[in-house]
Amino acid sequence: MTVSADTTPQDLGPAPDRVGFRPPAWTITAASVFAFFALWEWFGRDVNPVFGSYPSAIFDAFVVLIKSGKLLNGLIDSLKPFLVGYGLAVIFGVPLGLVIGRFAFLEAALGVYVTAGFAMPLVALVPLLILWLGLGFMVKVAIIFLMAVFPITINAWLGVRAVPKTLIEVGLSFVASPATILRRIVLPATLPYIMAGLRLAVGRAVVAMIVAEFFTSIGGLGGIIINSANNFDTATMFVPVIVIVLLAIGLNWLIGYFERRVAPWQAEIAGRNE
Amino acid sequence: MGIVSLAGVSKRFTIRVAGVPQTVHALQDLSFDVADGEMVALIGPSGCGKTTALRIVMGLERASAGRILVDGEVVNGCGHNRGIVFQHAELLPWLTAYENVAFGLEQKGVRGGELRDTAMRYLELVGLAESASRRPYQLSGGMQQRVGIARALAIDPSVLLMDEPFGALDAQTRETMQAELIEIQARTRKTVLFVTHDLDEAVLLADRVVIMQKGRISQIMSTHLPRPRLDMEAMRSLPQFAESRHRLWQALHSRAAVAA
Repeated sequence: MTVSADTTPQDLGPAPDRVGFRPPAWTITAASVFAFFALWEWFGRDVNPVFGSYPSAIFDAFVVLIKSGKLLNGLIDSLKPFLVGYGLAVIFGVPLGLVIGRFAFLEAALGVYVTAGFAMPLVALVPLLILWLGLGFMVKVAIIFLMAVFPITINAWLGVRAVPKTLIEVGLSFVASPATILRRIVLPATLPYIMAGLRLAVGRAVVAMIVAEFFTSIGGLGGIIINSANNFDTATMFVPVIVIVLLAIGLNWLIGYFERRVAPWQAEIAGRNE
Repeated sequence: MGIVSLAGVSKRFTIRVAGVPQTVHALQDLSFDVADGEMVALIGPSGCGKTTALRIVMGLERASAGRILVDGEVVNGCGHNRGIVFQHAELLPWLTAYENVAFGLEQKGVRGGELRDTAMRYLELVGLAESASRRPYQLSGGMQQRVGIARALAIDPSVLLMDEPFGALDAQTRETMQAELIEIQARTRKTVLFVTHDLDEAVLLADRVVIMQKGRISQIMSTHLPRPRLDMEAMRSLPQFAESRHRLWQALHSRAAVAA
């Protein structure tokens, strides 16, 4: 840049504080969702109601299901095994992933089962699980647990592998015990990975919940889906599907909220404004 | 107390170059002593093994041969009689400045009121009492390194080990920190062994400089600056400073020329 001596300062006006118009992200999301439903409503009305449905018809079915109490009962029936299975997967999966990642012996001994379990086609094993556990609550918990536990374990495991060696050396230098290093250095450093695993597991656990309700005793939200599909009542069938999607989005948000509460430094380090 | 003694310390490791195993001699027959209250610098070009030597004294790495004594005790892993300051502070990002200092103390078994008082006293020593509840990302590089120094000193080690402690800081902050270290050392009388590649830093801070080339000691040189050295500006203008710096420069460059 060259600056000549006789340059007089010019009035450049107020500094531009933003470039172009930037609407907040949530308004873009809202507009996108609105457009999606508008298009669905517009084109959905032309489709045979057996083959498809559209938002206003689904809303009518939703009102009917709410008034009869079926939706709320179904939701509660689904959530009970979901929460127990998912909760157990977190309680079991996170510590397992941490110790597998931290101790080479356990990684060699158990890592292969975790990798295999993650890839396992669980649906194929459902009949066997029914033989073992029957058709009731326990088998649903088992299916949800088995679908959710492996992504949680694998993420915690990979997270431990990504912990900077230098932070471990801080623990070693001050003669911290292996348990202290695990709890006070490895666990907090791994939290972002663990949280990502919990989010992935929500999606898998929701699928497992519906699969369990299809294949074992028919009930809950999955029961409403399969019964209304058998009656060619497509609008009613869509109601629990949408409820489940909203449930998964809500749980993801909840995990994100929790993550910001327990790991506020993470967003700061990454430079995210959340 | 704070006497460090290295006798015949060597470090070998094997690397594979294009599939062929090769033995690398990172350190060969390293022997020198650090007296109680002395400041000794390890200096040399990158890859000369100075950081490896420091890490072996800390106990983070094991020597392939030789023996290290600290206060007459054989070094076998990390211990509370040595405190280390890393090049990039390496504070735990989820802990506040205070909690980072307290972390080291807790590992030593310090609890309760003594823990609080000691941690705060050392934060005060490095001038960060008011930033005690800030997290590392809310501190500048120089402040982070101050917390690192406080964390290492708080456990009251007999030897302070520092791995290029000011190498990652800007020139101005580095000079401030060097002056602070001199002051802290004058007050605590700690034995300090530090790694540097900065000639000025070696001459200003150290009583003796261990010059390393390719894993060996090429020369051990005394700087003849008077103590205490609290006035850095005055130190730099002393003829002894220029003379020591020149000798050190010659030692480093003549050997490098021979090696190359």
